[in-house]
Amino acid sequence: MSDIQEPAPIDLPEGLWSQPSVDTSALDGLDEVEAVQLINTPAKFVYDYTPGIARTRFLRAIAEKRLVGQRCPETGMVYVPPSGVSPISGLPTLEEVELGLDGTVVSYCIVNLDFTGNAQEIPYVSALILVDGSDIPIYGLVREIPTDEVRTGLRLKSVWVEPDEMTTSFENIKWWAPNGEPDVPASDLVGYV
Amino acid sequence: MAERVAVIGIGQTKYTATRGDVSLPGLLREAAFRALEDAQLTFADIDAFVIGKAPDFFEGVMVPEYSLVEALGAVGKPVFRVHTAGSVSGSTAIVASQLVEAGIHGTVLTIGWEMQSCSEAMWALSVTMPFQQQLVAGAGGYFAPYIRQYMQRSNAPDDTGILVALKDRQNALLNPYAHLHEHGITYESVRDSIMLWDPLRYSETCPSSDGAFAMVLSNEAGGDAAAAAGRQPAWVHATAMRSEPALAAGRDQVSPQAGKDCAASLFKQAGITNPRKEIDVAEVYVPFSWYEPMWLENLGFAEEGTGWQLTHDGATAIDGDIPWNPSGGVLSSNPIGASGMIRFGEAALQVRGMAGAHQIDGAKLALGHAYGGAAQFYSMWVVGSDKP
Repeated sequence: MSDIQEPAPIDLPEGLWSQPSVDTSALDGLDEVEAVQLINTPAKFVYDYTPGIARTRFLRAIAEKRLVGQRCPETGMVYVPPSGVSPISGLPTLEEVELGLDGTVVSYCIVNLDFTGNAQEIPYVSALILVDGSDIPIYGLVREIPTDEVRTGLRLKSVWVEPDEMTTSFENIKWWAPNGEPDVPASDLVGYV
Repeated sequence: MAERVAVIGIGQTKYTATRGDVSLPGLLREAAFRALEDAQLTFADIDAFVIGKAPDFFEGVMVPEYSLVEALGAVGKPVFRVHTAGSVSGSTAIVASQLVEAGIHGTVLTIGWEMQSCSEAMWALSVTMPFQQQLVAGAGGYFAPYIRQYMQRSNAPDDTGILVALKDRQNALLNPYAHLHEHGITYESVRDSIMLWDPLRYSETCPSSDGAFAMVLSNEAGGDAAAAAGRQPAWVHATAMRSEPALAAGRDQVSPQAGKDCAASLFKQAGITNPRKEIDVAEVYVPFSWYEPMWLENLGFAEEGTGWQLTHDGATAIDGDIPWNPSGGVLSSNPIGASGMIRFGEAALQVRGMAGAHQIDGAKLALGHAYGGAAQFYSMWVVGSDKP
């Protein structure tokens, strides 16, 4: 590594500044007042969402505690959630495939960062999960295992909300948890990340 | 025959967490005026404007191109807005360059910006929608699993990311415009910073910045005029953009094909067969430390699985044989919608000999690079001190 000496402070070059000189006398005497830097303005948008045929079938299935994908007729790859078209071949994915409710961790990270809108207690594990029978991983939460024991190849089961809480939503799956099966060798996961 | 394109003016703002003292139009005008002053032109000389920023809800100002027309002196002139997520202002510069190259406009002002203080990108990237799978923790949460995958594939030493962050943040001390000036930074302070998205530490992660970057691009006559007046232009030698579907089964997100294809096209156009030898300096979009070794491989500066060795050998340091991000890079300043153009513009500053304390002596050929979205958008250019 290079050994860089800290430089003397550098002045920014002279330039044309956009702010003309303005009369700020109205601000005189307000030095002690804390400037408003940020305001929160609650906002709400109401959407009518039309999922399309493929996503409608997926969402109706997930309301019945099923996961369905669709197969690309050219590459044979099974997509979940399906969009109805293969991004590789451009062809409609007309063949529906019933997937398992278990999956495998192909990679993951441990999140230690809280942020606006986050509903999870930190730390938590966000993983790329390859659902059984599919060929593209989805993101999911991994719980019921210490964060430092999560690993690539870990087998998982999906944990669902109570039957009376089921809707046509991804939120039906609360999180994923170890299912007790032996790990999948990394060599079986090549090509899925 | 296509026009040659010259960068004849560059202007940028000081990057900071919350600018506070200027409005959004004021921020853009500051960068634009500095670029015009550098080019010794005024808004009246500009034929068209090409602008870019990240998705609107990153800043909470919708379709800003409409309201900014007056502030940019663009009333009655063509204005283009480009959208390619985080790579946007690299793509924006390329669109501007191609308008000149095609002979459609003689002089174009291009600008990229972000006022991250207006909103919260983490929130914007993590909104829960019941009909979509949820990205659970912003950009870091998206990319960290792929970084972990790179670490497993390459067997790179665990501290590779620490070395990248230390290098870029030390370089930033030489750049007065950089957001982060961490005078006390050490290997230990990076190593001991909190894991935000394990395996990514706080100090290996880009900041949230306010800032804007503008360039004036002109045709060959404009470039010649600048050179005749003693103002060295940067000549555009090659540009390339590629994209690939974000959600394609079998796609390799550690080293995406679109990035490889983009670099291959770029270097072919520029007549470059060995980028590490022939390019003097590179400004590459590295928002998280481990993307330096990942992009070293993706762009062909190193064989697959060996990019980390260049970092450890000091090859990418400011005094190395292929300096990467002497400006401090995205790791030190990240106004998202400007970060791509900062890379492109810093490359141009280097070949113009105007990079100040982080100037690479004798730089004649430089690479600017940006990526965005789910690592599916790529834009790159090569600029030189000599005409192509």
